[in-house]
Amino acid sequence: MKKLLLGNESVARGLWEAGVRFVSSYPGTPSTEITEFAATYPEMYSEWAPNEKVALEAALGAAVGGGRSFCGMKHVGLNVAADPLFVAGPTGVGRGMVIGVADDPGMHSSQNEQDSRHYAVAAKLPMVEPANAAECKEYTKIAYDISERFDTPVLLRLTTRVSHSRSPVEEGERVEYDILPYEKDPGKHVMMPANAKKRHIVVEEHLRQLAEYAEVTPLNTVEENGGEVGIITAGNCWNYAKEAFGKGASYLKLGLLNPLPKKLILDFAAKHARLIVVEELDPVIENHCKTLGLTVTGKDVLPLCDEYSEELLKSRLLGIEPDFCEVGAAIPGRPPVLCPGCPHRGVFYTLQKLKLRVSGDIGCYTLGAVPPLSAIDSVYCMGASISSLHGAAKVRGEEDKYVAVIGDSTFMHSGLTGLVNVVYNGGKTTTLILDNSITGMTGHQDNPLTGRTLMGAPAPNLSLEAICASLGIPEDHIRAVDPNDLEALERVIREEVAAPCPSVVICRRPCALLKSVKKNPPIQVNADKCVGCKSCMRIGCPCISVADKKARIDESMCVGCGLCSQMCRFGAL
Amino acid sequence: MSKNIMIVGVGGQGTLLASKILGKAAMDSGMDVKVSEVHGMSQRGGSVVTYVRVGDEVYSPVIGRGDADVILSFEVLEAARWLPNLKNGGTLVTSTQQINPMPVITGAAEYPEGLVDDMKALGVDVRAFDAPAIAAEAGSVRAANVALIGMAADALGFDHDILRGAVAACVPAKALEVNLKAFDTAVTLAEKAKN
Repeated sequence: MKKLLLGNESVARGLWEAGVRFVSSYPGTPSTEITEFAATYPEMYSEWAPNEKVALEAALGAAVGGGRSFCGMKHVGLNVAADPLFVAGPTGVGRGMVIGVADDPGMHSSQNEQDSRHYAVAAKLPMVEPANAAECKEYTKIAYDISERFDTPVLLRLTTRVSHSRSPVEEGERVEYDILPYEKDPGKHVMMPANAKKRHIVVEEHLRQLAEYAEVTPLNTVEENGGEVGIITAGNCWNYAKEAFGKGASYLKLGLLNPLPKKLILDFAAKHARLIVVEELDPVIENHCKTLGLTVTGKDVLPLCDEYSEELLKSRLLGIEPDFCEVGAAIPGRPPVLCPGCPHRGVFYTLQKLKLRVSGDIGCYTLGAVPPLSAIDSVYCMGASISSLHGAAKVRGEEDKYVAVIGDSTFMHSGLTGLVNVVYNGGKTTTLILDNSITGMTGHQDNPLTGRTLMGAPAPNLSLEAICASLGIPEDHIRAVDPNDLEALERVIREEVAAPCPSVVICRRPCALLKSVKKNPPIQVNADKCVGCKSCMRIGCPCISVADKKARIDESMCVGCGLCSQMCRFGAL
Repeated sequence: MSKNIMIVGVGGQGTLLASKILGKAAMDSGMDVKVSEVHGMSQRGGSVVTYVRVGDEVYSPVIGRGDADVILSFEVLEAARWLPNLKNGGTLVTSTQQINPMPVITGAAEYPEGLVDDMKALGVDVRAFDAPAIAAEAGSVRAANVALIGMAADALGFDHDILRGAVAACVPAKALEVNLKAFDTAVTLAEKAKN
């Protein structure tokens, strides 16, 4: 019987059926659920690594160590893991290894819109891309066969709409593979120049063989419906093309994105007078077609930016515009906001009150950048808060005018090395670590600071204070404070930005959405005392509004964190 | 049959349960189905949309403008925001609940008044009702999801028993009675409104 599975859930099922024994990942939307679902199968050891580089290296070690392995990440995570990615092709694997990478066209939850297909070309690795949940499982299993047949890791490319869509999947059984016997083989696994030179030749030979495989693989399929129009596409774009053109076009659907076939494309092209390449983001398939001497419609009419849709294809390629109605009134936007009771709210309120420049980082707390708090000056990538602030301070001085703000999980991911750089090179900047006891934005994953592993086992509870002290931050300038105590928070931040040494302020309070966090009764408004000054609204809490010149609290949302009470000088809250 | 259904609301309102029920109903009806969801915490408090597409063969997981047969909305402003996605002759079911977005809270924008009437004036089949109240009456405000589905039951095209079965399969056993009561009350309300 078929089950309705999420794309990511189906990848996890595919891992299990493929006999995978080891999974190591770092959470990142839209890839996170693959590893969460993988952890529900006891036959697969699954873990959260502190970052994607560690995860990929662990997975490589596991595959070379003789068991099928997987690591998953979002597209920007692959940047972090790029170093081992580029060496894993030359070393090859033992048992199969698959690297899941989820791109985010449209940037639903990302800081850029990179196209990870370039990594497959650059690292000389095969890449497969499914279009729906059923293919997520099947392609995952095929990826392991490719990995072992060509002795190479395989990239499994996903996009948000495939990862986060449910469709019917027929489940199968698990196949077990023995752990391979250990064989010492330094020529293959010690990547020093003399060995690496020889391995590069092997990689090129594997690519040549893979190019032959690309012509015959079941991953590439042709649906010939006759007619003038031939569409060359892959992944979720195939879904949109099928909806827009139906039987009015023929389709070459590419499930193997690297290497791309030549003869298969040329044969398809020979049957169709008009060729259209439909691919989100960069013109990877289009450029390949052009090197084959083909004339195609592609990025000349379809955009490089944002995700595609059936509506877009109908409009740009068929001239069909949607028929719809709308209300005349202007509809205000509804951007995401920090949740009621969020421990980050007090931090950003205090930072903007003190007029400090804020070097931000990646996490829920990036929302400190939006009005009314508007407290963040820059956000680049994981860990960049500390390191980019260090550079700014070296050029400008002014160490008392700014702080770096980074979450607990992000600090463990790639903040540590930035802080080492500050200490080593005589920086005097202040780092705020927002320790909410969980990896929040991706949906509550454990990390090395939570004292629990992905599979639910207790783990050593690493101490942020001890870590910072061991990195060389003076112990009396490592300060822990409750961010909901606005008075104490302001005092500690003032003292530490003024300190003539590097300092760390740990703002410690668990995420308000954690089940273990007790909610207080909703805050009550004393209408007699409220003068309607709107001071309470400066913290940007979605529970607070003003009606008839009095503050009003939405009791269905308020968790009684008490931040607004501290804002009120009249004792009305 | 083919149906394009959208579930819209504010992140954290529990739109995922409604899509789970509709996905289950589609599977139990022997149809192909795609459900496209929003995951992660990053959308909390923001405008969220879930797409459910049912048919003999479904490819795209999303629904464009002018292409939804039914929109289920947990909030009035969100109903108006996503109205352009409704097909000519489609059905819009919305809770009358209003949640101010941050630009309204900060005074940068106003929450438009009379949105339900504006939408009705466009000739749209708008079914506006106090879903949390119906749910609370049935026993728990958390059954508002299922009340919305009940209000749209005829337009969704599923057999009522299949819908009730899907509710039973997707809600915790101890909440089943309350949810079915909310469903039935909403179905009756919708029928009354028609007559």
